[in-house]
Amino acid sequence: MFSYTIRRLLLLFPVLIGVSFFVFLTMHLAPGDPVMIMLGPRATQQAIERLRHELGLDRPFLVQYFTWLHRVLRGDWGRSIQLRREVLPLILSRFGFTAMLGFTAIFIASTGGILAGLGAAFKRHTVWDRLFTFFAILGFSIPVFWLGLILQMIFSLRFNLFPVSGVSSATGGGTLDVLHHLVLPSFTLAAEPMALIGRMTRSSLLEVVQEDYIKTARAKGLEEGVVLAKHALKNAFIPVLTVIGMQLGFVLAGSVFVEVIFSWPGIGAIMINGILARDFPLVQGAILIISLSYVLLNLAVDLLYAYVNPMIRYE
Amino acid sequence: MNELKRGREGWRRVIWRFSRDRIALASLVFLFCIITVSLLAPVLGLPDPTRIDLTKRLSPPGTPGHPLGTDEFGRDCLSRLVWGGRVSISVGFFAVLAAMAAGVLIGVFSGFMGGWWDLLIMRFIDVLMAFPYILLAIAIIAALGPGLVNTMVALAIADIPYYARIARGSVLAIMEKEFVQAARALGASPTRVLFRHVMLNMFAPVIVAATLDVGWMIMAGAGMSFLGLGAQPPTAEWGLMLSYGSKYLRTAPHLSVFPGLVISSVVLALNFVGDGLRDALDPKIQRY
Repeated sequence: MFSYTIRRLLLLFPVLIGVSFFVFLTMHLAPGDPVMIMLGPRATQQAIERLRHELGLDRPFLVQYFTWLHRVLRGDWGRSIQLRREVLPLILSRFGFTAMLGFTAIFIASTGGILAGLGAAFKRHTVWDRLFTFFAILGFSIPVFWLGLILQMIFSLRFNLFPVSGVSSATGGGTLDVLHHLVLPSFTLAAEPMALIGRMTRSSLLEVVQEDYIKTARAKGLEEGVVLAKHALKNAFIPVLTVIGMQLGFVLAGSVFVEVIFSWPGIGAIMINGILARDFPLVQGAILIISLSYVLLNLAVDLLYAYVNPMIRYE
Repeated sequence: MNELKRGREGWRRVIWRFSRDRIALASLVFLFCIITVSLLAPVLGLPDPTRIDLTKRLSPPGTPGHPLGTDEFGRDCLSRLVWGGRVSISVGFFAVLAAMAAGVLIGVFSGFMGGWWDLLIMRFIDVLMAFPYILLAIAIIAALGPGLVNTMVALAIADIPYYARIARGSVLAIMEKEFVQAARALGASPTRVLFRHVMLNMFAPVIVAATLDVGWMIMAGAGMSFLGLGAQPPTAEWGLMLSYGSKYLRTAPHLSVFPGLVISSVVLALNFVGDGLRDALDPKIQRY
């Protein structure tokens, strides 16, 4: 496991370099001169040239990239043009909200999906199974941005059970109040991953129970509960874990929609405002932090996967 | 001649198997109707989807002359839905076509050439895949600037890794098959092997992936417009309609319900067609 972890960590560096290079490249290719945006249309040619030289924009592309990377590693992520604040502290202050939303959603999706999938597998070919399949297909056909609006319409506006938007009431109500605000956004974000995790759990369990080692376990005279818990479920969860890992990307990116709909103060919402306002340092920072989180989460899932499935470690 | 006949028989069998899947068939008919109505929008006699009539703003569904009501500018919702379909569905189809063409080319080239080319291309694909798909599309739109065409381009670029991976995987698997080795042993040139044997046999997985992908792309395209990054007002587009409708959830819920319902139904139908097609093309693959 140790050597696998080291190998996996070493593989992380080229990916991180690639991701940072891509983020820098996209923002570099963006139309509009940052110097013109900063100085305004009345700037003299001399002032433009001077600022361009100060910012290093007159240097070769690769030199600019490495200078930028060096600054980023030192914690200097630039200043937001629109909000006139340092990007890194601004993004970090929002990161907690996105993480809270994402983790709650993935928790709901995993527990709900696995339980529903197991239920459907146990009640195979019954009306419950069909109902599960129907809802699962519905789950990944409904766009996250519409589901959010529908939940708002029903649970906030019609029945007044949950707040329409925001992260806490104007009066402030502590943890319970935040959790109350978190319910609708996290369920909106959890729907699609839950559907996929549920489908994978069902199919994986049905496949595993047909394996020879399950027949052997039964032939040994083990109780059905032990066969399922110790032999079937453990093996059935390996592909489910892969799907959960794959859904992390959806949850991170899907949170952009949820944050906009529910005015949740995360990174996604400021990123979209940044794009519309052409605030490139902010957008660059937001994209960088979301993709870095994704890469690191994937690493964690891979390590967990190798821990659960020893075959991976010896590949 | 024999190969041609066998090909035709194969397709007939696929169509027969597909037609036995009633849900997939019903979904295909539904999609056909939606696409036909969208294409015929100019001759259906619907009101201009961009014509503003402030005296009729936010009329509920069932208003005479406006069966699905009107929006905040008094524009006819039914007309905007039908015209919006042209935009939303086109975004999905064109993004998939472009991504498929580029991705398959890259994947086939990478798999067929092998060696350094394969290593280099696949590492680049790995970097693109290190981003969540939607985030990658948003990053590209951020670079290109918001707009419908840019959204289409961004969605297509972000989707290239998906096809490149499928194509490369298929090429590597097919190259190992006996019939390819037999063709090589018979002295077939690499080009003939590539086009005659490899490309033809990777058609099935790519087409199934593409069918399922169109739904995703329609959803992603509408999502970008919902965020304000895709279609711009006054264009009639499903995601944009939802975005504007979301401001009137209390007073005019129909503005959010109908566009969402249409997007979901189209995506659902495409998922069923994709599933049906996968089962018909390869009955060995079990549906989960």
